[in-house]
Amino acid sequence: MTEKTDVVIIGAGPVGLFAVFELGLLNINCHLVDNLDKVGGQCAELYPEKPIYDIPSRPVVTGQQLTDELIKQINPFKPKFHLNQQVEKIAKTEYGWIVETNIGIKVEAKCIVIAAGAGSFVPRKPPIENIENFENKNVFYAIRDKIIFKDKKLLIAGGGDSALDWTNELSKDSNVTLIHRRKEFRAAPDSVSKMQELETKGKIKFLKGQIKKISKIQDSKIMLEYENDNERSKIEVDYLLPFFGLKMELGPIAEWGLNLHENLIKVDTEKFETSSPSIFAIGDINWYPGKLKLILSGFHESALMAQEVFKYCFPDKKNIFRYTTSSKELQKKLGV
Amino acid sequence: MPKLIITDRSGKKSEIEYDCNFTLMETLRDNGFDIEASCGGCCACATCHVYIDEKWTNKLKNMDDDEESMLDQAFDVKNNSRLSCQIDLSEELDGLVIEIAPE
Repeated sequence: MTEKTDVVIIGAGPVGLFAVFELGLLNINCHLVDNLDKVGGQCAELYPEKPIYDIPSRPVVTGQQLTDELIKQINPFKPKFHLNQQVEKIAKTEYGWIVETNIGIKVEAKCIVIAAGAGSFVPRKPPIENIENFENKNVFYAIRDKIIFKDKKLLIAGGGDSALDWTNELSKDSNVTLIHRRKEFRAAPDSVSKMQELETKGKIKFLKGQIKKISKIQDSKIMLEYENDNERSKIEVDYLLPFFGLKMELGPIAEWGLNLHENLIKVDTEKFETSSPSIFAIGDINWYPGKLKLILSGFHESALMAQEVFKYCFPDKKNIFRYTTSSKELQKKLGV
Repeated sequence: MPKLIITDRSGKKSEIEYDCNFTLMETLRDNGFDIEASCGGCCACATCHVYIDEKWTNKLKNMDDDEESMLDQAFDVKNNSRLSCQIDLSEELDGLVIEIAPE
């Protein structure tokens, strides 16, 4: 089934969120797609607790506060979020564009707005030689179906929430060993104490070290070599589950034929439109002479982009500029 | 001006002057060294990982929990690993010897 809307925004970070507001004021409806499982982009994923000091009128605001308040601000426009998925393909249609995600969700829209920041968050892969040959066979960076691990021997690597949560969860039905470079963990204290309790009871094993080598052995098992204080040891398992956080990469956007400037999307500074008409790019992902990667620049770009998107959505209507402070029509939309 | 001695990922050694108003990460980035620093220097990623020459490790301010935790997301972590965005440069560090860690 294909859903229909006016605009698909790729990226639900601060700039993508504020674009919903600027478009909403012009009666343009939006769907947002984001690869993370939550809204807020880098603000929510990388630095939710860290202060930002350069948002106008906010002497200090944290990444999470900014996200929460943007969500509140755009709530009147009822945007639809498609989280945990990445836009893989786009195709031109008579109506505009069909956007398809990696889990098969299709949305048709008049315009596409790329607000993808530094790109999609993808798992950080340990630099072990040939690991790619084992991916999705013996090595998984995310868990979709835990049933395949039942009664198997697993090595989970990492010290954050994902590593600890999965260690605790999978220890119920699997033989789990956790490996981490030190005995301290950055995961939530609750998960850490649960893991330590499991270790004391002998339900899981803990190894200190860093994985250095992966190789294949018989019966679809793998051998992992790890190092601790310059000493190498080996462990044989069915599966390796590395959890080393996320990194950002441009991903499929690079394949859409848009003019790029060093991995950033070239736009004009009047409409923030890309080399492909009706595809726009705002925020950290775009480039133009003088570009500054600031949230406030992205907000400005959202407002100007919306003026041009209006023309694609309502070619026969005239867009009359109004202020939210004085326009009853705008205030009605905002429900104030 | 005080100086840093840097070994890049290809093994090439170079010497650069630094300004004490900036962190080690900023100085490396501004001098064109290949250091990703994707979070921009707020200790929220681990992409500005460097090794500090053993003679200098105890001259730096100790790592805080935040930095130690973030290093969990780096690879090839050693005893002399640091995140360069957390190192404030000062006159006392004149001659500091570092190596940029592998990606």
